[in-house]
Amino acid sequence: MVPVQYYFVLSALLFFIGVFGFITRRNLIAMLISVELILNAVDLNFAAFNRLLFPGSMEGMFMTLFSIGVSAAESAVAIAIIINVYRNFRSDSVDSIKNMKW
Amino acid sequence: METIYSYSFLILLLPALSFVILALAGMKMSHKTAGLIGTTSLGLVTVLSYATAFAYFGGDRMADGTFATLVPYNFTWLPLGNLHFDMGILLDPISVMMLIVISTVSFMVHIYSFGYMHGEKGFQRYYAFLSLFTMSMLGLVLATNIFQMYTFWELVGVSSYLLIGFYYPLKPAIAASKKAFIVTRFADMFFLIGILMFGYYTDSFSFSFAGNVVMGEGTTPFIAGNAAKAVAAAGFILPTALVLMFIGGAGKSAMFPLHIWLPDAMEGPTPVSALIHAATMVVAGVFQIARMFPLWVEYAQPQMSIVVWVGVFTAFYAAAVACAQSDIKRVLAFSTISQIAFMMVALGVSLPGHHGVLDNHAQLGFMAGMFHLFTHAMFKACLFLGAGCIIHAVHSNEMAMMGGLRKYMPITNITFLISCFAIAGIPFFSGFSSKDEIITACFAYSPVVGWIMTGIAAMTAFYMFRLYYGIFWGTENVEAHEHHTPHEAPVTMTLPLIVLCVITMGVGIYTTIAGFAGWGGSFGQFVSAEGTNYTIHFDTQIAATSTIIAILSICLATYIYKGESQPIADRLYKTFPKLHRAAYKRFYQDEIWQYVTHRIIFRCISKPIAWFDRHVVDGTFNFVAWGANEAGESLRPWQSGDVRQYAVWFLTGTVALTLILLAI
Amino acid sequence: MANFVVFCILAVVILGSAVMCVTTTRIMRAATFMLFVLFGVAGLYFLLDYTYLGAAQISVYAGGVTMIYVFAIQLVNKRTLQGLTERLKGSRILWGGLLSVIGCATVILVLLKNKYLMAGMAAPDVEVPMKDIGQALVGAGKYEYVLAFEFISIFLLACIIGGLMVARKEESK
Repeated sequence: MVPVQYYFVLSALLFFIGVFGFITRRNLIAMLISVELILNAVDLNFAAFNRLLFPGSMEGMFMTLFSIGVSAAESAVAIAIIINVYRNFRSDSVDSIKNMKW
Repeated sequence: METIYSYSFLILLLPALSFVILALAGMKMSHKTAGLIGTTSLGLVTVLSYATAFAYFGGDRMADGTFATLVPYNFTWLPLGNLHFDMGILLDPISVMMLIVISTVSFMVHIYSFGYMHGEKGFQRYYAFLSLFTMSMLGLVLATNIFQMYTFWELVGVSSYLLIGFYYPLKPAIAASKKAFIVTRFADMFFLIGILMFGYYTDSFSFSFAGNVVMGEGTTPFIAGNAAKAVAAAGFILPTALVLMFIGGAGKSAMFPLHIWLPDAMEGPTPVSALIHAATMVVAGVFQIARMFPLWVEYAQPQMSIVVWVGVFTAFYAAAVACAQSDIKRVLAFSTISQIAFMMVALGVSLPGHHGVLDNHAQLGFMAGMFHLFTHAMFKACLFLGAGCIIHAVHSNEMAMMGGLRKYMPITNITFLISCFAIAGIPFFSGFSSKDEIITACFAYSPVVGWIMTGIAAMTAFYMFRLYYGIFWGTENVEAHEHHTPHEAPVTMTLPLIVLCVITMGVGIYTTIAGFAGWGGSFGQFVSAEGTNYTIHFDTQIAATSTIIAILSICLATYIYKGESQPIADRLYKTFPKLHRAAYKRFYQDEIWQYVTHRIIFRCISKPIAWFDRHVVDGTFNFVAWGANEAGESLRPWQSGDVRQYAVWFLTGTVALTLILLAI
Repeated sequence: MANFVVFCILAVVILGSAVMCVTTTRIMRAATFMLFVLFGVAGLYFLLDYTYLGAAQISVYAGGVTMIYVFAIQLVNKRTLQGLTERLKGSRILWGGLLSVIGCATVILVLLKNKYLMAGMAAPDVEVPMKDIGQALVGAGKYEYVLAFEFISIFLLACIIGGLMVARKEESK
């Protein structure tokens, strides 16, 4: 039997790998990919909690389900924005969308 | 209370309304309409004032022979704990007398201004300010408490400023109006301190009335000042407060050394000089002492000598300077200063310092001062308006441009002459009765003061006739008259002159005969210190002395100035050039004031304070603003626009919070 | 025992792919590694007896989202396919790494400190029946999710339309 802590450690590691990727990368799409990693880590956490600590209820699973759906939608919108940015700025680097700075 | 008194608020309301209408809509009206509105409202006010006076003086007296003090209106305007500021109308012998004076002179000036200011730009503004002034002055004399008097006092100062500076495109006019306002404001600072002391220690701003006060319906009753409390606090409080108030009055009434504004105030139009600076505003100081007279009698007897000596010195100084002036309006201005000083002296000598009892002679001074106020207003206004006619004809103020005008301006000649006789104190002219009474009271107080005042009366006669001969006789200025022949003024200007002269003559004849015959029914019946009937008896010795001295002065002036050339005057001028120059320059008073303010006050007090304000106070705030700016600037780079940076900070914050919460 | 072994293999796959995903310079490779991560996670779901969830993960995430990303990469960066690389800034790596390490340590500390976690419970080896899932999904009872379900559908619709609007080509003037 896999102890529940292992799942937690795994999801935490995955989460922070995603964070690292988000901070470090310059390409917009790569940043989005890192965000997906983060979301997946969270989903994994929910599922593990639900299954191993509260087997009677199903909230965790549904949370994960809806999270998957929402992530898909949000990726679609983000991609659309990135395409728009590319059209206007001719660049896919995050440095090019700094217009809202001081 | 009779119904006429309930209309007394109209006396204040009508000029106020006419001011508002003319101020707001004046530029859209024609000159004639504006003038008519102003004059009509003043006419109504005059009618009301006379009606009130008839009702008041013709009515019954109280049991002890005094006139009741009527208060038709009095309401609390601003309650402040113990004290409260009231606004109201008070009818009292001196205030009703002042009503008559103010409304008559103002009405005459309104009519006169139709002619004098004809065609001037700003005609409507002029009438608006005249109404404002009249309202303020009426409010001053009808005040029920010292604070209301102060409010209207300031309003009068403002109106004076506006009217002196009427020809504002001219620099001298602006300078003069500023000077008038600043000097009187400076004096009013003392007035205010006096009022505050008075109010604080006596818990009331009302004039203490020992007499019978009849309140109208629905009025707030007076809270009489608790003078005993002030005395218990410290004996010097009340006299100090009264003297401070006197200083304020001295500023407004042009006593030495605060007289400097009055000669310069002649930059305003001549009817303004007649109304404000001869008849009404400048007597506000005298009126203030008369109003506070019961308090002076009870608590500040020794301080009355201050009033007396200030008055004596001012009278002498002004008379000396007037002998050397060449601008006719300046001569009249200094004459006004001198005559007001006479009134102050008259009030001051009402208390023989070493008796402390209000005896017969004491009453005389008060009554004489008030009577002189009345007669002086009439003949001085006549003189100023006459001067206005002359200036209108000759287009210049200087005596050098005049001379020999008696051929061209007969009416002005006669009225001017009558007024000069009045001011000189010749029997059967009004000035005789009033001035003679003053001198009698002075002699009763102290022979020194009496002889000094007699001497000053002689000087008065001298310089007034010097002025008269200089204008109407003497060398005619032929070249100027060839270009532009002077003509008599239009009837709007001569009518007021005639009316004022008639009043002067009438009062003069009646009081002279009544005084010698011992009849009652003259001024003393109405206005006196105690309030009871006071019949004037002339002291024949003093009357004769003063008359002879006046006639001698007139003869001296005639001898020196009447002829075509003035050899004696020229010789005197050559012998005493420095003295003449000093007198001409008013004994350098203006220069002294200039020196004191610029070198001493500005340099030693104002500049350091200004430096402190600019560098320390402003510097603190500038520093705070600079600090905020710098803080903002240093925070600015956080908004880098870089999303990843935001994520870093976000996460850092979260992790930090978690660690902190863990630690706790 | 077998569970544990499978778990270890899957963990290695996930972590390895994740690390490669965020450190590689080529975008296409990042997308591919992401695909592996997603498969790994799906595998973990299967290990937890969440068959439905695993299936959803594979079909939606691994299938749909990855395809979107690949399309986006191709649309946005013409030179990707030729392998244009991206430079990573040194200081950023340092900061990112530091933050991640500290954060990770914090999270793991918190998670592991909780006492009740120490009871690694024995989970029943029964998968959740599909019937229950279905009923819970569209049921209107107390703990049932019809509201969330409907919301999600509308949300998806909104996102689709939003995406269309945003990415629409401007009409040439």
